[in-house]
This record gives sequence, structure tokens and C-alpha cells, in this order.
Amino acid sequence: MSVGPFEAFWLIMRRELTLSFRRPEQLLQPLVFFLIVTTLFPLGLNLQLSLLRDMSPGVLWVAALLSSLLSLDALFKSDADDGTLEQLALGGQGLTLIVTAKTCAHWVVSGAALVLVAPLVAIALNIPTGAFATMMVSLAMGTLTLSWLGAIGAGLTVGLRRGNVLLSLIVLPLAMPLLIFGAAATDRAISQVSTAGALYFLAALCVFTCTLAPFAATAALRITLE
Amino acid sequence: MNSVPNGLAVDKVHVWRGDLHVLKGVSMRVVPGELVHVAGPNGTGKSTLLRVLTGLLHPEQGAVTWRSQSIDRFRSEYQADLTYLAHEPALKGDLTALENLRFSVGLRRRVSPAELREALRHTGVVHCADLPARVLSAGQRRRVAMARVLAMQAPLWLLDEPFTNLDAQGMELVSQLLRGHILGGGLAVVVAHHDLKVECPLRRLELNA
Repeated sequence: MSVGPFEAFWLIMRRELTLSFRRPEQLLQPLVFFLIVTTLFPLGLNLQLSLLRDMSPGVLWVAALLSSLLSLDALFKSDADDGTLEQLALGGQGLTLIVTAKTCAHWVVSGAALVLVAPLVAIALNIPTGAFATMMVSLAMGTLTLSWLGAIGAGLTVGLRRGNVLLSLIVLPLAMPLLIFGAAATDRAISQVSTAGALYFLAALCVFTCTLAPFAATAALRITLE
Repeated sequence: MNSVPNGLAVDKVHVWRGDLHVLKGVSMRVVPGELVHVAGPNGTGKSTLLRVLTGLLHPEQGAVTWRSQSIDRFRSEYQADLTYLAHEPALKGDLTALENLRFSVGLRRRVSPAELREALRHTGVVHCADLPARVLSAGQRRRVAMARVLAMQAPLWLLDEPFTNLDAQGMELVSQLLRGHILGGGLAVVVAHHDLKVECPLRRLELNA
């Protein structure tokens, strides 16, 4: 009995989540990094609430991007090192499905988790509760886009020994539009003006990346698998 | 164009690694019921040839056909027909032996834990089924990997040095499994630097530097 693509997708998702929860310290590292970096800012700046409020969207987004990037390096690398990536690639399911499932699982344990702890950070940064919904929606779209951009970078750098710095250099410039529109959405929500424009841009970026990046990441990975 | 209707044909394959000309026009045929033993000194491209056969590595020149069709055009379908045992056993240290099998064989076909345990029993490591792979010895991992080869139930076996790290009984076991597979009409390509002691039709392909 052959296995359908959805079944295979869930199987790989389960594999990735099982692996993540076997290593809770690796799961928590990016989240703790996110919490610490964002709480450093209020401590380092003058205690001016208005200044903090103006800066908080940028701080939140920069920290979110950097912490998502921390775990991207391992997306394909650990599987490539122990040879299990080859076995997955030979599963007869096509590499795009494997890449998609692995990237989605990465987003669940990094991006989605980050979205859930974001309100905690927002309180520390004096962001009003009225802006939480916009902040979380924009972060969810932003981290998903970043996971996909990162999958391309991780696919390209998986064969390199010190690939993590190069990965950041590849991914961060591509992530600039995310930072601009994501921070703008949060900022506008704080000022209680319409956030629709920024959110639509973010959604467009997200859809654009989610549809095209799987093929780019697959191609990148196929080159390094050779 | 040389192709085999029910098997694998390799036609004048050339592979370069950078400036190094690793495979210089290798041709071979693999037919059901015959074991192909790829031999030769170190560094003559035995493992490279096997990677070409998996479809993971594209030869710069030449063609590989499976059942008369180019493997480049039907890559996923072709790869669903093969099982590959690489130099390393390819197990996740954090997953148990059984989970390792479930997540790799499960991509190929619906398989029950009982069936996977049976495969592990066959290779003599069923007592390790629920241990994380990182605590297993090199030989035990090799046996788990061999259980994966069995459980895949693929017609074409591509094994890279399947006898490394195994004790005398383990080597005998792998020979028996290969013999059973070949006599049952299966195909196999085995890379080994020593002579194979498998009682079945055997063809030797010698690669030279």
C-alpha cells in the first residue's frame, strides 16, 4: 500500500516535532533569546515610557527575526550530517514535500511559539493590549515568511562547515521588507490608525514566499545533496 | 542505447568531482536474480557509482535506465523502487530504533510497528527496538539499518559496504538476506572491497583507478 502525500507530510511533521521535543533545550533557546534581547532594551534605555513605546515595534521585530534565524541553521544540517536527509530524499515522495513538511515543522516550533510569547514581551515594552492582535497576526505571517526564506538559505549552506554566518547574510537582506511592514503594522496599531495597508503587504509577501520558496529551497537542497 | 526491460542499465557514465575524473565511462547491467558486486581499490568511485544509481548524483555524461526508462524523468517513481544503505547507517540518535524505521519506511508504504519489530527480529536487534539509536553500538546500528533495507520491500537493493562493523554472525546474516533477496527475483548492487561469500548468481564489476 503506497503512502499519499498528505500522509507523508504528517509523518515528517511528526518526525520533526518528536525530534524537537527530545531536545527541549534547543527548542527553548530561540525563545529565551527573544525574551532576553527584548527585555534588555527597556533596561538599557532611559526610563522614558514614550521613547520605549516608539521604539518597541522595531525592537520586537528585530529580536523576532534574529531569534528565528538561530534555529534555521539546523533545519537541514543535522539530517544531512547523519545521512537521514538522503534517506528522506529517497523516500519516493519527492524532495519538495520533505522540504515543505520540515519548514512547516520549523515554523511551528520557532515562529508559532514566538507568536505565543510575544504578548509577554509586549507588556515589558509597554505596548498597549489593544495592539496585541495586530502584533501577533503580523508576527505569525512574518515568521512564516522568514522560515521559508531561511529554508532557501539553509538549503544553500547545508554543505558548508561554517554556514550559519553565511545563512544570516543571505536571509537578513531578504527579510528587510518583513521588518519594514511588520514593524509598521505594529506601530500603527499602537497609534490606533488603520493597519490594513501594512498587513496586506505582509500577507502578500507571505503568500508570495510560501508559493515560490518551496521550489527554490528544493533546488538549493538538491544541489547540495549531490 | 543499452537498456534492460526488467532491470537497471548504466551506459557509459562519467562523473567529475571538481577536476577529478571519478567515473570514466562505467557501463553495467543489473538483472533480477543476479547480484552485482562492485569491487576495486579505495578511491576508484565505488560509492560514487552507487550514489549515481540512487539518482541523488547526476552523471555529467551517460545514462541510467530502470526498466527501460531514464531515471531522470521518473525520479520519484524510480526511487520508490530502491533501498539504499549508505556508508553511515543514517539513523537519528534521538529517535529509537523503531521510530527510525517508522519514519523512513513509513514514507514508502503503510507499515505497522509489529511488522517493523519483525524486521528488527530478523536482523537480531529486536531487543534494541525501544532504545535511542545513539546508545547502540556501531554493529547494532548497522543491523537496524539492515532491518530498514528489509522492511522497505524494494526490488532493488543498493548497499555500500554492508559488512562493515559486523561480527561473523552479522556478516553471515547479511549474506543470507542478500541470497534470499536475489533468489526471490530481486536485484542488488553491493559495494565491497573484499570477496563476497553469497551463494547466488554473482557478477563482479571491477573499478580501476
